[in-house]
Amino acid sequence: MANSFDVIILGGGPAGYVAAVRSAQLGMSTALIEKDKLGGVCVNIGCIPTKALLHSAYIASLLREAKEFGVEAGAVKTDYGVAMQRSRKVSDQNSKGVEFLMKKNKVTVVKGAGVLQPGRKVKVGNDVYEAKKAVLIATGSRVKGLPQIGLEINKTTVISSDEALFLEQAPASMAIIGAGAVGMEFANIFHAFGTKVTLIEALPRILPLEDAEASDALAKSYKKRGIEVIAGAKVKKGTVGKDKVTLEVEANGATQKIEVATVLMAAGRAVNTENIGLAECGVQLTDRGFIKVDQNLQTTAPGYYGIGDVAGPPMLAHKGMREGVTVTEIIAGKKPHAIRYDNVPSVTYCHPEVASIGLTEDQCKERKLDYVAGRFPFSANGRARGTGETEGFVKILRDKKYGEILGAHIVGGQASEIIHELTVARENEYTVEEVELAIHAHPTMSEAVAQAALDSLGRVVDM
Amino acid sequence: MATNVYMEALSPTMEEGRVVKWLKRDGDAVKTGETLAEVETDKAVMDLVARAEGVLRQVAAAEGQTVAVGSVVAVIAAPGEAITAAAASAPKPTPAPVSGSGERGAVPSAATPADATRVKASPLARRIAKEAGVDLKLVTGTGPGGRVTKRDLEARAVVAQPAPQREVPLPAPRSPVVTRGGEPYQDVPLTQIRKTIAKRLATSLGPIPHFFLTTEVDMERASEARDALNKQLGDQGGKVSFNDIIIKATAHALTKHPACNAWFQEDHIRYWNEVHIGMAVAVEDGLITPVIRNAELKSLADIGREAKELADRARSRRLQPNEYTGATFSVSNLGMFDIDQFTAVINPPEAGIIAVGSIVQKPVVVDGQPAVRRRMRITMSCDHRVIDGATGAAFLRTLKQMLENPLAMLL
Repeated sequence: MANSFDVIILGGGPAGYVAAVRSAQLGMSTALIEKDKLGGVCVNIGCIPTKALLHSAYIASLLREAKEFGVEAGAVKTDYGVAMQRSRKVSDQNSKGVEFLMKKNKVTVVKGAGVLQPGRKVKVGNDVYEAKKAVLIATGSRVKGLPQIGLEINKTTVISSDEALFLEQAPASMAIIGAGAVGMEFANIFHAFGTKVTLIEALPRILPLEDAEASDALAKSYKKRGIEVIAGAKVKKGTVGKDKVTLEVEANGATQKIEVATVLMAAGRAVNTENIGLAECGVQLTDRGFIKVDQNLQTTAPGYYGIGDVAGPPMLAHKGMREGVTVTEIIAGKKPHAIRYDNVPSVTYCHPEVASIGLTEDQCKERKLDYVAGRFPFSANGRARGTGETEGFVKILRDKKYGEILGAHIVGGQASEIIHELTVARENEYTVEEVELAIHAHPTMSEAVAQAALDSLGRVVDM
Repeated sequence: MATNVYMEALSPTMEEGRVVKWLKRDGDAVKTGETLAEVETDKAVMDLVARAEGVLRQVAAAEGQTVAVGSVVAVIAAPGEAITAAAASAPKPTPAPVSGSGERGAVPSAATPADATRVKASPLARRIAKEAGVDLKLVTGTGPGGRVTKRDLEARAVVAQPAPQREVPLPAPRSPVVTRGGEPYQDVPLTQIRKTIAKRLATSLGPIPHFFLTTEVDMERASEARDALNKQLGDQGGKVSFNDIIIKATAHALTKHPACNAWFQEDHIRYWNEVHIGMAVAVEDGLITPVIRNAELKSLADIGREAKELADRARSRRLQPNEYTGATFSVSNLGMFDIDQFTAVINPPEAGIIAVGSIVQKPVVVDGQPAVRRRMRITMSCDHRVIDGATGAAFLRTLKQMLENPLAMLL
């Protein structure tokens, strides 16, 4: 039967396409159903294009400081439209890369919106595809607005990241609601392109899921460069005009009116669980709206599995990718190593970058763990001084008794790259001693990791 | 150059040892051969001695802590010497002293340091296990390639787990009846000796095809002989017990039935020309079988003295390994507990063991007339791979005759 496969995957984002490759590698005939471009949000309207734009922003900020380094670049002019066009090329390259991977691994790609049917079937248009082994649901998530306070996304004055990534020019002023990773990154981008940015966070501090010290460091850095940061703020009302939006924001016991050209909604995401036939197949959702899965990522309907954002937090591409690998190995009858959800790195690519793994210091306190925090600032790191990237620090939370790395937090120029030393350490259960014993090249930003490990042991050298 | 102090294999079966007490402290000067610490092995408390001269440093094993054989427990350094993590010239721990008569092929040789570190475990798991005194070799690893991880130790409740984030109040377990207070049960970790008993005996009754032969022995003459002997010994000290007589008689009977005085060695059977009788002794928290060597050549008085001395030291756990290994046949006596009859578990690689019940007066028919006699039941457990039914029965008949007519031992 032409429409019969071992594994059918609904959704070609990071979880879905990685699952497709691994499934094919394991010798299972595989079909991937995608209604849009391959690569999903990550490749097309998420991780990848924002990294391209952030690099444009970084170049702009470098050039502005270039004189100090003995390089005269003249008056720095920015053009968001050009930066956007470049980011689109990068996304398209990546999407084509995923297409190539599907061909290379002989995965059948079906274009269209799939709807699940009982009996491990998926209907796409008039065609019905049948899975002999499993159906993987990897439909991902999307941005959401706040219609209850008058801020429905209208794609002109009230936008989401989906629209921000396609703007031809940077708006004169912008309020960003939500200071998680998305809000932080766009604040960084638009500020660098000359937009007057106001960053509004409902929780008491920006980057609320990160360690409090990381939040403080970023708040300080943003304020210093002229980004207005309002945390612990409640947006009471949004009045949307033709080319402006007025927000009533309550913070610190006072209400203020903020008038901006554009509002960027960056407060959370909604999972794509509607109109894909979940209920008809007996696939249940959790209280929070995610697809309910067991240890093997199987849903409440046997033969149907959930991976990626739809299967629950953290809603991160790399978590979904790992689930894609693990679930196909389970389906193929292998016994993959269990996913350590407590060891998924979290990275915000603003400048300076914020990267973390494991527990925050507050979480250590809440759990009444006996810990020591080791710290090392990049201001004391030779390499960082050389590049002028002295903002930030490495902080390692060490369990007092066994030396376990309970958590690690990095704020700094290369935080997103440096964190993996600690991710590998935690995955292999190295203690701070093993991290410190590994010889770190000099001079590198990574030396700060070894120094923070030493500091947690009470014998820091370089400070 | 600093020398590592290893946990040595102080007995042939020892895989880990518990540091009972450090006799030398960090910073103490030590001489070669001096006792550094007392170590509880699987069978006894032994001395860990210094293999070098210098200053004891970096004592890594706390008192009460159990460490694997081959682990570094301290370092002996020159005074003022800077110590690196592990001394490069560290000697291998000396092999366990081999018992005097013959090596036991079936017993795995003592672990070397390489063996001890071959367990796959994460650094964190190693550290937790070390602190908690858990032998990683006994933990099933679920990490890549069977690597022991923190989670595997958590599964053994070694690590105090943080309280779950959402705590659901559980109803307190309620007993339907009023108890006399205290816990309904108590979990007691296995001691070294209990672990060894478990391991050794599980290799007995399961794999060994046992069969049992029981006979009742008239102990009238043996009792008379014992009374007479003890009277004669008088205040010379040392009394002859029934057990001594049984050991002597068993040894004698074995010389006449060498087919029962043997070890099963997987691909061969070793028939012993010497008779070494293992004597089961109950000790606090377990049992141990000290060995009366060449029992067939020893006088009853000698056997009596030796048995008493060995039993005393067994109870205070001061036996040397060569004193409880190498038996060719064993005797287990529960007579003092008023047990009429029981079966004993063979101590491999031995092929047989005699289980001795209590001596009771009972009416029997002697020469056609009813009479009250002192009688004792003995049961022989045989490894059928070595001893066949008739072979065992013939030995048992000889033993019975010797006990019923002690003078026969003089023949």
